Amino acid sequence: MLKVQDINLFYGAIQALRNINFHVQPGEIVSLIGANGAGKSSILNAISGVHTISSGEILFEDQSIKKLPPFRLVGMGLSQVPEGRRVFAKMSVHENLEMGAFTRSDTPGIDLDMERIFAHFPRLKERRKQLAGTLSGGEQQMLAMGRAMMSRPKLLMMDEPSMGLSPLLVQEIFDIIREINQEGTTILLVEQNAQMALSLAHRAYVLETGRIIKSGAGQALMQDEDVRKAYLGG
Amino acid sequence: MNLFLNQLINGLHVGSIYALIALGYTMVYGIVKLINFAHGDIIMVGAYTAVIVLMTLGWSAPVALLAAVVVCVIFGVLIERIAYKPLRNSPRISSLITAIGVSMLLQNAALLIFGAQPQPFPTVLNIEPIKLNGIQISFVTLLTVGISAVLMILLQGFVIGSKAGKAMRAASEDYTTAQLMGINVNTTITLTFAIGCALAGIGSFLFCMAYPAVSPTMGSLPGLKAFIAAVLGGIGIIPGAMLGGFVMGVAESLTKAYISTTMSDAVVYGILILVLLVKPTGLLGKTTSEKV
Repeated sequence: MLKVQDINLFYGAIQALRNINFHVQPGEIVSLIGANGAGKSSILNAISGVHTISSGEILFEDQSIKKLPPFRLVGMGLSQVPEGRRVFAKMSVHENLEMGAFTRSDTPGIDLDMERIFAHFPRLKERRKQLAGTLSGGEQQMLAMGRAMMSRPKLLMMDEPSMGLSPLLVQEIFDIIREINQEGTTILLVEQNAQMALSLAHRAYVLETGRIIKSGAGQALMQDEDVRKAYLGG
Repeated sequence: MNLFLNQLINGLHVGSIYALIALGYTMVYGIVKLINFAHGDIIMVGAYTAVIVLMTLGWSAPVALLAAVVVCVIFGVLIERIAYKPLRNSPRISSLITAIGVSMLLQNAALLIFGAQPQPFPTVLNIEPIKLNGIQISFVTLLTVGISAVLMILLQGFVIGSKAGKAMRAASEDYTTAQLMGINVNTTITLTFAIGCALAGIGSFLFCMAYPAVSPTMGSLPGLKAFIAAVLGGIGIIPGAMLGGFVMGVAESLTKAYISTTMSDAVVYGILILVLLVKPTGLLGKTTSEKV
């Protein structure tokens, strides 16, 4: 579904990504784990076109997307939950979800999907008229996820959904990610919380200073000596 | 009492023109964080367009108004594409200086083409003022306030209710995330400039009906006042620009009546300073504390 081939990304003179290669197959949950500054978010931003790669190729459903502007990708079925949620704080919960469906014009389908999202996140339904900026961190994360789901993505990319949330909420969010995946959405997950990310993922890649240093099944990586030491606290 | 009411009505008249122009400043600032200093000169562009259509071509006032709007929109969109878009990722000071440059370019181009001599704006409406218990309301005033009110309601409805309006609000909050929603932010910015300049086009026509002299630098002062109205109300906030415009207009005409004609600008700027001292975000501005 998604193939990332040999991409390099620079911020000015600093090289953020070095020859990154990985792929995501339909139906999978794939996690990218690594420390702060390893290049996890840079990969997502390179795929979504927020940052332009200097070399390499990105294929989504066998079509090159590396030159497409970010707004074109949503219509193709690629959606991103940005790091730090980035909800539209001065817009209502309902309007935020509407923005997620910006590329669609099938009103009945949009209404149906909104109900589906409210089923996943009942708290959003209670607060649908409230401004998104007044929600708690966890609720904002749910809103950001719901908003991205409103475009009916084939591939949903999530950047640090656990950031700043209590362990209980993290568990809740990850349960919902699993549900969304079981309903048929492929997921590419970027996480610092390696424990959670690996237990959820079918496959995972480990990043260090802009390079992929390890890959494998989520469970297998959890047993890996180096990974345990570096990311799982021994 | 009658003097007060008459001046209040005059204030609403000028204020609604300031408000229309202020909307262009505030909408553009909201989305690209740029004070478009060329916005005042768009008024001048609209005024010359109307004069040409009315005097040289001899066509009717509605045609002249429409022409002014169309030409203002074309100028606004071209200025954005040519002067501001290439600088979108540059430091904000670069676009600000460019905006001042565009303003000078427009003024001097008009000076070259039309000369420095102000041209009279013809009387387009010759209707007797309405008299009510000693209060005199000119038809132009009624028309100006009425048109402005309708336009502001329409604009507010558009920004709150329509899909394009919501995209505009989303983009003004978070440019990058708006793109991730599939919003073409370039189109949204173009639309914002177009709407702002269309309002300025209508504003320029209404301004000329009130002050019938057209000259290359005529846009500077109403432009500056409208900018102040936008800041007074809270820059980036659409109802703030409307409120700011009316406050400025009323303060200006009441000062002229009760204090002194020459003091009116000083009082208006004084109000701005006071408001900014007490509430730096403007009358309707909110310091949003966002939960994370």
